[in-house]
Amino acid sequence: MARKSNKVSNVEEKVLDSNENAIFNKETEGLSQSQIILKRFVRHRAAMVALFFFTTLVAIVYTALDWRIGDPRNPRFTIPGWWRYGFEDILDLTSEGCPEGTLGCPTIDFVPLVDGDGVQLGQHPFGQDNIGRDYFALVMRGAQRSLLVMFIIGLIATTVGTIIGALAGFFRGWTDAVLMRLVDFIITIPVIIIGSVIGFHFGNKGAAFLALLLGLFSWTGLSRLVRGEFLSLREREFVDAARVAGATNRRIIFKHILPNAIGVIIVSVTLLMSGAILLETALSFLGFGVTSPDVSLGLLISNYQDAFTTRPWLFWYPGLFIIAIALCVNFIGDGLRDAFDPRQRRRLSKKDKENAREMKSRSEMA
Amino acid sequence: MLSYVIRRLGALVLILFGSSFIIYNLTAISSDPLEDLRDSTEPNRDQLILNLTRDLRLDLPPPVRYFIWLRGVLGVFVGRADFGQTREDQPVISEILGALPITVRLIFVATIVAIVLGIGLGITSALRQYSRFDYSMTFFAFLLYSLPIFWVAVLLKQFLAIDFNDFLVSAQISLPAIIIASIAVGFFWTAIFSGSRKRVLLIFSGVFVANSIFLYMISATKWFLNPTLGPIIVLLLAVGIAYGITYLSVGLDNKSALRSALFSAVSGSIIYFPAQILLDSDRPRVGLLLMFVALIGMAMLGSVIFSRIDRGPIIRTNLITVVIIGLIIILDKLMQAWRPYIENDEINFRPVSTFGQSTAWLFEVPFWVRTLDIVMHMILPTIALTLISFAGYIRFSRGTLLEVLNQDYIRTARAKGLTERTVIMRHAFRNTMIPITTILVTDIASIVGGAIITERVFGWYGMGTLFNKAIVSFDLNLLMGVILFLSTLAILANLIADLLYSVLDPRIRVGAGK
Repeated sequence: MARKSNKVSNVEEKVLDSNENAIFNKETEGLSQSQIILKRFVRHRAAMVALFFFTTLVAIVYTALDWRIGDPRNPRFTIPGWWRYGFEDILDLTSEGCPEGTLGCPTIDFVPLVDGDGVQLGQHPFGQDNIGRDYFALVMRGAQRSLLVMFIIGLIATTVGTIIGALAGFFRGWTDAVLMRLVDFIITIPVIIIGSVIGFHFGNKGAAFLALLLGLFSWTGLSRLVRGEFLSLREREFVDAARVAGATNRRIIFKHILPNAIGVIIVSVTLLMSGAILLETALSFLGFGVTSPDVSLGLLISNYQDAFTTRPWLFWYPGLFIIAIALCVNFIGDGLRDAFDPRQRRRLSKKDKENAREMKSRSEMA
Repeated sequence: MLSYVIRRLGALVLILFGSSFIIYNLTAISSDPLEDLRDSTEPNRDQLILNLTRDLRLDLPPPVRYFIWLRGVLGVFVGRADFGQTREDQPVISEILGALPITVRLIFVATIVAIVLGIGLGITSALRQYSRFDYSMTFFAFLLYSLPIFWVAVLLKQFLAIDFNDFLVSAQISLPAIIIASIAVGFFWTAIFSGSRKRVLLIFSGVFVANSIFLYMISATKWFLNPTLGPIIVLLLAVGIAYGITYLSVGLDNKSALRSALFSAVSGSIIYFPAQILLDSDRPRVGLLLMFVALIGMAMLGSVIFSRIDRGPIIRTNLITVVIIGLIIILDKLMQAWRPYIENDEINFRPVSTFGQSTAWLFEVPFWVRTLDIVMHMILPTIALTLISFAGYIRFSRGTLLEVLNQDYIRTARAKGLTERTVIMRHAFRNTMIPITTILVTDIASIVGGAIITERVFGWYGMGTLFNKAIVSFDLNLLMGVILFLSTLAILANLIADLLYSVLDPRIRVGAGK
């Protein structure tokens, strides 16, 4: 019985299948390629939610603390942040509202109505660390550093990876062989090993410098993808047409082929960036990344991993921020992948099917 | 094929040469092994600096030192490899050979678990595309992608190890815990078998009741204090496995396959008894080998007796069945060692370990207790490593299977009237496996990185610890040794995967052309 009804619904699906094409064609009528991609991306619900969360998070994190321009001890001028403490302020440890025997516990309250206080941040929403620094400020600072590292690695890896991949794929021959052997040399060493070696020796020169060096070693995967894309695109007719029209190699690479490979690049860059934040935190955790007195999310976890049984909040919040950032970036990347992939089709909603039926009956009536 | 392998091995040597040159010079230029000595206040400071400079050849520029080091390493080909000395004057090679098996054990087990679970969940997810199960698996995979492994490891320590050990004091599960766990399990299964509302309710209540009774029994009998399977449960499990494997491989309609699988299951359960004697003997490894030989013999016998035609798939079915039965017998053996293990003074009823790769002071205990000790130490690091790597397998196998299901040969298979099981298992599943070998490779490199962090959190003395030590103490020889071995491991995995690829997929011919 079950099989039979299955078959019936299969037939229905087939009928719908032909309509489906009509629906999709109708939807994209008169739109340019980038408009279609944007439309598909906007429709990806998870990606939109992630994008919203991510921008909010970045905004909160970067406006929370004072920006000191110039010498950090003696700044030329300061842009005040909205949070009342700085990450270097050492305060008295409070025991207000804490369970027996602990100091500096978090005052954040998500649950309305239960304990009568309602939703509030309180004096130290994420608690205080063992010398009394406000942990919210520390986590904000750590997230700033981690995000900075992520963006810099992303930027450098994208630039280097795209250029090297493009050159290797476009010129082939010797250029390709040399560049791809270079990629092989780097790709065989697990990235955490290269990262540790770099981080241990250059971590004290600041997060930005560390990120710069890490970026110089994380472009390999991207360059392979770009090379593959260039190898196939350079055989296409539009490249021949451009060449016949007298375009230079540079123009063909940047004006003709690169825009066609941009989907692959963007998608793999988002994945690279979520990998970058995990790499940075892992290195800082091992002690080979951002070092104190600067703060990073991995460093915070590393400092307080033994405090888990007594003061778990010191462990929870930085971890949650890492996950939130990486998760958002991953979902955005997923949305972009779906948007750029022409084979990808969204699932038809009930409304779409109704529209299709309506369209069909209208055309039958006519 | 052979020339291809040789060419690849040649390329491997070249690549190792290049990458080790980069790393050696990078480290040598950026680090100063004399740093701590320069700041020291010892009276013979200058002499110490001179000695170390002479020992490490610091008077020579890094590239020259690299080639001196390389000459020692290239001794591999004439049988006299020299990886240099560590700063404590130990030969690097002996340090590494001590640590390598520990890391490889961790990586190997975690990879196998990740592959089996990841592919299983990914394929279920693809077959139930757009279902609740599919969506939650997608979310779950993304969540795992975003988890920092060191964070997970600390959580595991707290919630799995310490809490489980605390639970073991009473070994009783509270009623709310039973209900919550049963509801969760019920949701899991209803999400997979979606259907009409009546069917969903039926499945949910069935799973809920069965699971509650199961957990209640475990709690009431304090099973966790004295876990056993015993011959009867082994028999029941064996029969269940025989049915399951037959269903997946050739279908239950194939009576001769089913009969021979059942024969293997029953004979496997009978082998359980002599296996006890073999495994308890002085040479348990030989016993283990004999047991598997006997099991495989029975599987072959079963296939010969019960099948006339088309023996290939039936033999395969039987072999898979008996291997799983063998693993169950080993599990039972480990369970028998559980009680003496947790009563040991060193363990003292806290069996799930959070530190080290084995208990150091466990003397004069039987083989199985020692094995159990290693297993208990491996549990947490393996879970941590598995969690971060199997998300990739879930996503990848799901995507690949969906792509394969759209292929023309699947439509052909359906059109000629094959059952859905045959289409999925024979035509789709096998073709899904091919591309998965490629991500296995990239995964090995990342899992090595994960292992370094995991070892740190769990205090294992493996390659990760050596690596850490080498970096912190500016021990270039040790560092190069570790990197050389780890990258060789990664590249060899790469090579093996490529060869597997060509074996699995006849369209790819390695060594052809060029």
